[in-house]
Amino acid sequence: MNGLSYAWAIARKDLAVEFRTKESLNAAGAFAIVILLLFSFAFDTASDEPAELAGKLLWLVFAFAGALIFNRGFAREMPNECLDALMASPIPAASLVVGKAFASFVLLLIVEAVSLFACGIFYNMNWTRRLPALFIVFVLATWGLSIVGAVFGALTVNLRLRELMLPVLIYPLMIPLLTGAIELTGALLTNQPLTPDVLLWGRVLIVFDVVFTSLAILLAEAILLN
Amino acid sequence: MSIQTKPLNSSDAAVPSGPATSANSVVVDRLIYAFAGLAAILLAYNLYQIFMVLGDELQQGAIYRIIFFHVPAALTAFIGFFVAMVLSVVYLSTNNLKWDSLAAAINEVSLVFACVNIVTGSIWARIIWGIWWTWDYRLTSMLVCILIFFGYLLLRQSIDEPTQRARLSAALSIFGCVDIVIVWKSIEWFRTQHPGPVLSIRTGGGSMDPTMEAAIYRNLIPLLLIAISLVILRARQESTAREIDSLRRRLM
Repeated sequence: MNGLSYAWAIARKDLAVEFRTKESLNAAGAFAIVILLLFSFAFDTASDEPAELAGKLLWLVFAFAGALIFNRGFAREMPNECLDALMASPIPAASLVVGKAFASFVLLLIVEAVSLFACGIFYNMNWTRRLPALFIVFVLATWGLSIVGAVFGALTVNLRLRELMLPVLIYPLMIPLLTGAIELTGALLTNQPLTPDVLLWGRVLIVFDVVFTSLAILLAEAILLN
Repeated sequence: MSIQTKPLNSSDAAVPSGPATSANSVVVDRLIYAFAGLAAILLAYNLYQIFMVLGDELQQGAIYRIIFFHVPAALTAFIGFFVAMVLSVVYLSTNNLKWDSLAAAINEVSLVFACVNIVTGSIWARIIWGIWWTWDYRLTSMLVCILIFFGYLLLRQSIDEPTQRARLSAALSIFGCVDIVIVWKSIEWFRTQHPGPVLSIRTGGGSMDPTMEAAIYRNLIPLLLIAISLVILRARQESTAREIDSLRRRLM
């Protein structure tokens, strides 16, 4: 319980800073819209079922926008040696990573909501038909992205090529999660029935979340120790 | 015969004839030569069996023989990645850089074997399917595995401080292994959904002639021996590099 309340304190701090400066929110939001615009040149948007494409498109946008948010997560603590101060404080490393992940999770969900709305307008897509199920998929997949992003944000924070190394490391790791999210989102947006084959991807999301969250908690100390 | 000597030369050529100063390094040298030599003998025997004794496969013809390298290379790579993961855990709990060097060496050699797997598979696919590549779950998962461990090497390259490099790359090694498990599990779950031209013989079911299947496992041994000798070599380089680095730091 103690560890969780520390994590909550970190997340609240990060979100408070973010909502005041809107640093990564503006950047990631604008980036997501720009990518949605670019995709319109790559694909035939006049095709009869844009929702089919949107499921795949959206998760690529979220992965790209997410990398911006994850990069900021720990880089934010670099000026004035804030990270050293946080490590010296009684806050456990695992709480620090989970707290950062939760802050990124909230920010990414906001960017996702904006992108979904924009995608609905740009690509003439009805996304409100199965909103509760879609929300569950988004929450599960976004948590997976956030926890991996937070761990690797911590891992790359001291590297020379931080901005470059983070995407190179996280995208291959996120493939199972992104595949699952794309399958489920595609099925929900096109209003298809959730067959057992599609539902299996839900299990992939849950397993991914559980395994990577436990590993993040176990390895946080080793990654953040200086 | 020229086919037979090729892989042997490439494994032998990697052994440098550098000055062996301490008694310990002489033992290591002998170990490398012993493993590589044993691998050479076994490989020569296996190549004879594969090309001269075993007949062509009924439907695929001569090209099926690539499986005798394709599958053992994958097995070698995965054994390596898992051993490296275990060593990474050992490093994190003991903080002895020896384990880090070994894990790095194993991951690097395993990456080479993973590439052998994907290249041989691609050649086979060109002949049998008519295409070099398809975005099938199995192929994709192997590519993901290669990309993760390529990232591992990139990460090691971008960190100068040895203990930091060891800690961070150990963490990535553990994460990478878990992801491979997840990717491979998802293939099992979705196999029935994708009955397409995937390599079903790789699962080893009842679809394969026992003598052919035995040849696959027999060829795993020399490939593992080559991997081990390369790992010993690479681990020694790694620890020498670390020693040089620490000497340089002391001077500066």
